[in-house]
Amino acid sequence: MDVLYFAWVRERIGLPREVIETTAATVADLVAELRAREERYAVAFEDLSALRVALDQELADFDAPLAGVREVAFFPPMTGG
Amino acid sequence: MRVSVQEQAFDAGAELTAFSAGHSDIGAVVTFTGIVRDLADDPMDAMEIEHYPGMTEKAIIAMVEDAKARFALGDVLVIHRHGRLQPGDVIMMVATAARHRKDAFEAATFLMDYLKSRAPFWKREISATGAAWVAATEEDETALSRW
Repeated sequence: MDVLYFAWVRERIGLPREVIETTAATVADLVAELRAREERYAVAFEDLSALRVALDQELADFDAPLAGVREVAFFPPMTGG
Repeated sequence: MRVSVQEQAFDAGAELTAFSAGHSDIGAVVTFTGIVRDLADDPMDAMEIEHYPGMTEKAIIAMVEDAKARFALGDVLVIHRHGRLQPGDVIMMVATAARHRKDAFEAATFLMDYLKSRAPFWKREISATGAAWVAATEEDETALSRW
C-alpha cells in the first residue's frame, strides 16, 4: 500500500511517500512495524497522540482495520484556515 | 458550491462580488477572509502551507455538504491557498449565502471551525531565527464541540 507522510512527520522520516508491503491488520500494527524498522520512524511515531491518520483520504482511528485500504497517510493535527 | 484549493493569489473583493451577484432569493452574504499574520517579535519571511492533494478538496466538500444539511444555505464558496505566502497575503476565504443572516453567519463560523482543524493543511512559519510548524491548539479542538 502507499504510505504518505506530511509536515513534520515527512521531515522526520525523510520522505513524502513510499510503498510498503505489509500484513498489518490495523493502523496500530502498521505503526508498530514502522517503529521497529529504523530510528527515524521510531522518532516520528513516538507519540501517537500528536499524530492523525487518514485511510484512503478519510480521517480514521489508529485501531481501524487496513483490509482493502490502498493509501494510508500520517500527519500532525491540521492547521488550516 | 465552489471549492478551490490553489497556489495562486486571488482577489477576495472580486470573488465576493461574483458570489453575491445574480441571486434574488438571497438576503444575506457573510464572508471570512484569512490573512497571514506576522509574528509579534520575530518578523516572518514567509509562511509555507502544505496540504494533502486529493484529500483536501474532498474534506472541504464534505464540510460544505454538512453545512448545507445543518443550515438553510443558498450557496457556499471556499478558496484556500497553499504554497509560500508573505505576511499580509490573503490565505483563504469562506462566503456563505442564505435567505437570512443567522444561517449565513452560523454556517461561516461552522466552516471556519472545521477548516481550521479538519482540512489537511499544515502551516510553517519561516523567520530569521528558523522555521517552525504551527501547532494546533486546544481551542481549535474545543471550537468543534459546540457543533
